[in-house]
Amino acid sequence: MATKASRSAARLMMAPAVILLLGWMLVPLIMTLWFSFRTYLPLRGGDQGWTGFDNYVRFVSSSAFWPAVQTTLVIVLGVLVITVCLGILLAILLDQPMWGQGVVRILVIAPFFVMPTVSALVWKNMFMDPVNGLLAHLWRFFGADPISWLSDASLQSIIMIVSWQWLPFATLILLTAIQSLDSEQLEAAEMDGAPVLKRFAYIVLPHLSRAITIVILIQTIFLLAIFAEIFVTTGGAFGTRTLSYLIFQRVLESQNVGLGSAGGVYAIILANIVAIFLMRIVGKNLDN
Amino acid sequence: MARAVTPRRKLINTGLAWAIGLLIFFPILWTILTSFKTEAQAIASPPLFLGFDWTLENYGVVMERSNYARFLMNSIIIAGGSTVLGLIVAVPAAWSMAFVPSRRTKDILLWMLSTKMLPAVGVLYPIYLLFIQLGLLDSRAGLVIVMMLINLPIIVWMLYTYFREIPVEILEAARMDGATLKEEVLYILTPMAVPGIASTMLLNFILAWNEAFWTLNLTAVDAAPLTAFIASYSSPEGLFFAKLSAASTMAIAPILILGWFSQKQLVRGLTFGAVK
Repeated sequence: MATKASRSAARLMMAPAVILLLGWMLVPLIMTLWFSFRTYLPLRGGDQGWTGFDNYVRFVSSSAFWPAVQTTLVIVLGVLVITVCLGILLAILLDQPMWGQGVVRILVIAPFFVMPTVSALVWKNMFMDPVNGLLAHLWRFFGADPISWLSDASLQSIIMIVSWQWLPFATLILLTAIQSLDSEQLEAAEMDGAPVLKRFAYIVLPHLSRAITIVILIQTIFLLAIFAEIFVTTGGAFGTRTLSYLIFQRVLESQNVGLGSAGGVYAIILANIVAIFLMRIVGKNLDN
Repeated sequence: MARAVTPRRKLINTGLAWAIGLLIFFPILWTILTSFKTEAQAIASPPLFLGFDWTLENYGVVMERSNYARFLMNSIIIAGGSTVLGLIVAVPAAWSMAFVPSRRTKDILLWMLSTKMLPAVGVLYPIYLLFIQLGLLDSRAGLVIVMMLINLPIIVWMLYTYFREIPVEILEAARMDGATLKEEVLYILTPMAVPGIASTMLLNFILAWNEAFWTLNLTAVDAAPLTAFIASYSSPEGLFFAKLSAASTMAIAPILILGWFSQKQLVRGLTFGAVK
């Protein structure tokens, strides 16, 4: 067992990390809370004193709030459904015996390593451009009118771009989980004549349930915060303004720090609700 | 997992998987191909796949026009600096949590993880304000610090999961033989921990390289890395597909190559050890 000396040494070694993270968390958090209760317009009169819960009420009652909530939900849910469903199918496929498995894996994972500004701009211009984009060529080839993706189907386009970025993540984690599945169990079921769908529903899916939960939780936290993909494509126009983007606009574009900070507090609360579930799973995993 | 299947089924698997793999990879491939076309060929109708005159012109134009080297340098300094700094802080912390655990270790680990969940936009203005007052706005040092802090929980967690796999018996034996704490760390732990530390470095470097919220909001000219450089193509003038492609290829190529080496660590690092 650890001695007293090594214990205090351990505490000392932990201190820098703990202190830094504590500062990184508390200082901005307290400042955001502080600003959220004040009328603070840096370019129009500066700090004009306390306003109580005014900012919180105004943020929620502004006409932009509910559409932003809706947009956020549609994007997060849309991307989750696409990445998890396709991720499961892809993981099962990649787990099958085949030639060149390693190369296919590399191809599938690649989008995850593309920086968000690049993937958003490449999709926006080279694929979704209504005149010169590859999709426009494809549409014309089939005799259809090209679509102005980012203005007429803006939400779907964003969901597509973000799904392309996150599908590799879901696939990789589900593949890792699937590879730990006992293949004898599957083979036994196959011998007993269980059809593919039954084998999937009763053996594969239950085995994957924990990994799926983790994928959903981690992706939700990242998806609630997507920024660059909207910043360089629509700039929040055409109904693509998410809650995060709305807060960003309030704080930096219209420089209404009080109002934006109140929005920030809402976002922090929202993220924490998701985080609690994730932490429970991770915490349980630490025990064994 | 090698299961015996009929050759026919293996062939079908292979065909299907390759088709899907290539489809997913296609946007990247198309970007790389387009980067070697002229601007006119880049928007040719019907699109040209391979039958065009390959040219390196765009790479030259991009580098000349936009001071590419400085953006690249900033990306390397921000990603590299934050990784090194993060390791200096995280290695001792993860070491002590893995080898001298106390009742609170689990709580501390989970709390660290929770700081990672804080939405950046919620603390954007305070950080922005602090940066202005400390003179850190648009400075490499400021970005190194922020990037280190946002990835610190991941570094600590990854190192912790690696360190935990090192058998404690070896350390105990060393202690019995009278090894001091310094010797223990230097001669026993470090050699065994090198692979884990290397993987952690790799993943952290990738995450910092691709980060695009703080880099876009806290930099302007001097400290802007490649993420911001690419974002400047969002309001283009004239024909620019080939140049955008060349710039994009240069921004993602190093990370694609590094990333392919880090697939396995990616799972561990991003699920906090919950999926192995």
